[in-house]
Amino acid sequence: MSLAHADLAPALLELRGLTIGLPQQSDRPDAVSSLNLTVQRGEIVCLVGESGSGKSSIALAIMGLLPAGLTLRDGQILLEGQDLVPLHTTALRALRAQRMAMIFQEPMSALNPVMRCGAQLDEVLREHTLLDPAARTTKMHAILHEVGFTDTSQIIAAYPHQLSGGQRQRIMIAMALVLEPALLIADEPTTALDVTTQAQILQLIASLQQRRGMGVLFITHDFGIVAEIAHRVLVLHAGQCVESGTRTAVLQQPQQAYTQQLIRAVPTLIARASNVDPNAAVVLRVQGLSKTYDAPGWFSRRKATQALHQISLEIRRGQTLGIVGESGSGKSTLARCVARLIEPTQGNIFLGGDDIAHRSAASLRPLRRRVQIVFQDPYRSLNPRMTVGEALIEGPLNYGVSRSQALQNAARLLALVQLDPAVMSRYPHQFSGGQRQRLCIARALALAPDLLIADEAVSALDVSVQAQVLALLEDIRTKLHLAMLFITHDLRVAAQLCHHVAVMSHGEIVEHGSATEIFSHPQHPYTQTLLAAAPGRHFAFAQ
Amino acid sequence: MLKFVVHRLFATLPVLGIVAVLVFLLLRLTPGDPAAMLAGDAANAMQIEHIRRSLGLDQSLLVQFGRWLQHVLQGDLGESFYFKMQVTQLIAQRLEPTLSLASLSLCLAVSIAVPLGVFAAWRRDSGFDRVLMGASVLGFSVPVFVLAYVLIWIFSLQLDWLPVQGYESVRNGFWPWLRHLILPALTLSVVYIALIARITRAAVIEALGEDYIRTARAKGISEARVLIRHALANAGIPVLTVIGISLALLLSGVVVTESVYAIPGLGRLMVDAVLARDFPTIQGVVLFFSGLYVLLNLVIDLSYVFVDPRIRY
Repeated sequence: MSLAHADLAPALLELRGLTIGLPQQSDRPDAVSSLNLTVQRGEIVCLVGESGSGKSSIALAIMGLLPAGLTLRDGQILLEGQDLVPLHTTALRALRAQRMAMIFQEPMSALNPVMRCGAQLDEVLREHTLLDPAARTTKMHAILHEVGFTDTSQIIAAYPHQLSGGQRQRIMIAMALVLEPALLIADEPTTALDVTTQAQILQLIASLQQRRGMGVLFITHDFGIVAEIAHRVLVLHAGQCVESGTRTAVLQQPQQAYTQQLIRAVPTLIARASNVDPNAAVVLRVQGLSKTYDAPGWFSRRKATQALHQISLEIRRGQTLGIVGESGSGKSTLARCVARLIEPTQGNIFLGGDDIAHRSAASLRPLRRRVQIVFQDPYRSLNPRMTVGEALIEGPLNYGVSRSQALQNAARLLALVQLDPAVMSRYPHQFSGGQRQRLCIARALALAPDLLIADEAVSALDVSVQAQVLALLEDIRTKLHLAMLFITHDLRVAAQLCHHVAVMSHGEIVEHGSATEIFSHPQHPYTQTLLAAAPGRHFAFAQ
Repeated sequence: MLKFVVHRLFATLPVLGIVAVLVFLLLRLTPGDPAAMLAGDAANAMQIEHIRRSLGLDQSLLVQFGRWLQHVLQGDLGESFYFKMQVTQLIAQRLEPTLSLASLSLCLAVSIAVPLGVFAAWRRDSGFDRVLMGASVLGFSVPVFVLAYVLIWIFSLQLDWLPVQGYESVRNGFWPWLRHLILPALTLSVVYIALIARITRAAVIEALGEDYIRTARAKGISEARVLIRHALANAGIPVLTVIGISLALLLSGVVVTESVYAIPGLGRLMVDAVLARDFPTIQGVVLFFSGLYVLLNLVIDLSYVFVDPRIRY
């Protein structure tokens, strides 16, 4: 009888023929076209897709928060049987936080920086309930406790900037769930977090979902996460549903070519066998490197922080050394010291035969050519007002190369990074993220460096683009016989590319060895924690 | 915090020093002889020379400056050539009308401009927004004296609601004080209404694009609360900064307004002193304004702490 009843009850969330229109002059007419999707109570449905696939638009459409420019063209959004599309703003507002709630990707920017966390949580209760202040406070403490805080009073009084990324995301979850909504929409809630924090937040969402029997629409680009928490999966490409089904069906027997391609691009934690020449010339040798950031002024109360402590490493020609660590581990400080963008406090950095650790800016100039960096954000590391050609020849011109020769070289480099040399007169905004990162790589190579530093160079890219850029880096390393310092927070990415790996924590290298050793037999407990936290590590993906 | 204040106060000393040198030199390098002015048309060369000597203007520039600086450091701004009284006393007398006018103008400007700016940002690109932005261009460009005469013509001459000119001290009652100040304050504040409304609009529009606004809306918070508690609160820093700049500009704006409305304030004093080549008074008033300006800026900087908890001194 209860079964029959369940059949009759409407689904928690049902999208019927949802079509969201893009503004004119977009690359396609619709952000999302004729999408059908169902989320039942007690179920986690993962919406997977690359950037631009329209997955966030779907989430915002359900909440009634589509940004200007996107329009709901057609279809129904049924929440517990009620169509939300014709609802007035006021009616919709009453449903938010009460029946449906949403958490976002960036927990720093998603919280109001000038409001205490308690006030932001209290706001939800004040808006939607008639509880008196004492009852609201009790409820706040209870929900904060439920999302894993022990010192709830301290959290209530704290401003967002005083908390860590994981704590902020817990606050977001507390705000979303304090009124016990039936539906939680989570839009890439762990993408901005460290891998260990990500594991905790995923676990928290899964356990809250089970305890409350909520339905969760979980948006992600990461198949590892899908493997961790999904009951059902829907793969989205260019606004259309490519494939949907249970987790095992989609991940282990994908039917569609696009899904197969995405799953193939998922990096694994297995280090790829590497044969490097152990006697190649040493390009970079770092010895006892330390960096202490001093307190900023004489009236500051802050203490000096030690960002790097006694780091020693070396990279030979044709080898890639991966530096793996979570945010705040000092890996970017290390990159900046090696490139001498900042001066280390102590230690030596030998580039070939020259110690560059404490040289003056003037005497560094001739050496700068030999170390080049590719940064994380391809959108911000190219000057938007310079053509690609200008960006590529700027460096060589500084070192006295003639303009015609530099242009010739630039054309050759564009071909090397698999871009048409005819693009030289274009501006950076005319390229996609992956193409821009190729441009950044070409720009770095224009100076024919001995050492290429890649600081989270593929972290901002979609998995399929990421796989292409990783292949390109590997190709360049073998062709040009470069030494590469590859900095990443993502163990799976490091496993694809690196011959050696150094794991950093709190400014120190806790474990250092060949990639094969580290990934198959991690010795240090921290390395073991990191590996254990990588999402989807136990899942057998289709090959 | 206290250390920051002390540090900042010390840092203002060189600024005031430079102002002192500049204004001193500027006055002496421009044409016009105070002694000849004081002596009048009928005086002969010997009488003028006598006056010049009695004012100490026959000495070398360095000696004159040294003597003036020595007095300033003791808190003595010298004696006015023209008014024949202590400049400090003169400033004290004229302070009330100017402070009244400036503070009323600022209150008016902020209380009108901020709501306008927030509303324009909320209804961005609407008819209201466009009209407001157009009007603000007009507000920037109308000269103060033109506006003043238009307002006087309408409200004083045609409607006979408000006095044409003059000033009543607040000691003679709040209402007469306010009646005399409404038109001058309105005149003076128009430019600042335009300025503050534009900056508020821009800052709130920027804040409205932030992620936490989306979060607030996703929580089902009412639009009014989203606008004020989330958007405007985060737009506080630029708005506060422009209010600070407005305050500084107001101090110079009072010169014209006080002249048009015949208000016996520091602005009027400045005009009279310039016309009479009254060096000590000009130097004193300019130095006083500079000091006030520097102090106001410090207060604005300190107030950031209350607007944004991430700022610490």
